[in-house]
Amino acid sequence: MRLAVAHGVAWRTLHNVFTNPSLLIPSLVFPLFFFVAFAGGLSQVRNVPGFDFPLGYTAFQFVFVLLQSAAFGGVFTGFGIARDFESGFARRLLVAAPNRAGIVLGYAAAALVRWLVTAAVVTAVALLVGMQVGGSRVDLVGLYTLALLLNLAAVLWAAGVAMRLRTMQAGPVMQMPVFLILFFAPVYVPLALLQGWIHVVATANPITRVLEAGRGFLAGSPTEVGAAFAVVIGLAVGFSVWALRGLRSAEAAG
Amino acid sequence: MTESFSDHVLTLAARSVVRTVRQPANVVFPFVFPLLLLAVNAGGLNSATKLPGFPADTYVAFALAIPFIQGALFATMNAGTDLARDIQTGFLNRLALTPLKGVELLAGQLGGIAAMGVAQALVYLAVGLLVGVRLASGPAGAVVLLLFAILISIGFGALGAFAALRTGSGEAVQSLFPVFFVFLFLSSMSLPRNLIETTWFRTVATVNPVSYLVEAIRSLIIIGWDLEALALGFGIALAITVVALFLASRALRTRLARA
Repeated sequence: MRLAVAHGVAWRTLHNVFTNPSLLIPSLVFPLFFFVAFAGGLSQVRNVPGFDFPLGYTAFQFVFVLLQSAAFGGVFTGFGIARDFESGFARRLLVAAPNRAGIVLGYAAAALVRWLVTAAVVTAVALLVGMQVGGSRVDLVGLYTLALLLNLAAVLWAAGVAMRLRTMQAGPVMQMPVFLILFFAPVYVPLALLQGWIHVVATANPITRVLEAGRGFLAGSPTEVGAAFAVVIGLAVGFSVWALRGLRSAEAAG
Repeated sequence: MTESFSDHVLTLAARSVVRTVRQPANVVFPFVFPLLLLAVNAGGLNSATKLPGFPADTYVAFALAIPFIQGALFATMNAGTDLARDIQTGFLNRLALTPLKGVELLAGQLGGIAAMGVAQALVYLAVGLLVGVRLASGPAGAVVLLLFAILISIGFGALGAFAALRTGSGEAVQSLFPVFFVFLFLSSMSLPRNLIETTWFRTVATVNPVSYLVEAIRSLIIIGWDLEALALGFGIALAITVVALFLASRALRTRLARA
């Protein structure tokens, strides 16, 4: 029963996204745009003394953009949940669904499929512009699994917010914390090259572990793998509780 | 009782400011978001100052120009979204029945945006000074910087007004934001053009007018009085403003005729 609800919600969400260019294009274009702006505009940064990533700046930035696309893919799906509540559709869904946890599952599945399309496009473009890959197939599975779990955590976070606030005006509440936690990681240079307060913040930021592990996978020299998976699994589990409680809040609101 | 041109403009400008201030999102984002990005970039890219030929000792001084442009982009969104709301709610139609002239409506709307632009610029400048940035052009440079901020706020605000008047849709105006952001990111905002290594990116940044807006502000902060950078920056800002005002006033005439 739960899977039937999840399937219905996921199909509808994906149909909406893939038939509406204003929803589809930003989620495809934004990661590409960041990739171009960072990898193209800042490639000189690889010449900074101490920059030691072996595959070059394009590969260094690719991992960040891939993880960012995963996180924002989840947040964009959260916008759709908020829109469903604002339009009244989600309330009808709550009445009709025999198993309401399936609603959350359906949104999460839709976010995942949506991100897989984005990831395929971003990866294809990165390879076309000559990105080097040092990791084995197993390493790459590790990289994409990390991103996938981050996508799951992000959509569950955004779903929890959307179901509590039930308005499109909740958009910044979903987006801003994700933006901040991503950008307070070592985005432009390795952690060792950060100085002052940003080094302290980045060291404490759990997403730094994920980013470092992702770059390690791509380079073929895995690092901080256990910590990175612990972070994304922990976030996904924590935000599952957050999203399900959000669902209860939406049910209570009627 | 006869009200003058300036009364009409001031009334509409005050309305524009009040309606902006009443919406926390319209205040918080233009003030806070550019400063957050500044913090992120200044922290993350400070090691770029070690590149040979980098023109500043700290990245925060180099990057302080960016919030001024981002603030102007938010002005575009606010001006356009507010005007679109006036169209959607029928307020513009009611205004069309009054003796108010089109030019007064635009001037009032943009006057409010300019006032917000000055407030934003003062905040960015104050934050810059607080974190240790010193203007190489001195106090007179701060005045020029504020004038430049007003000019680009009006120019970008007029672009937002044009989009609103042409489409009558707040969503259409909002969709312009990513386009403007692309212009900003594909400029010399992160590195000086001579240090951009990727050839096509350097070419795009060179033909991108936003690069010259950024470089005009940056010159006042880290170089001093670079007349070429200032002439290019003011010239491009003025050209954007004139073209945008022309387009917006034409669109307003069409919109009022339809009403």
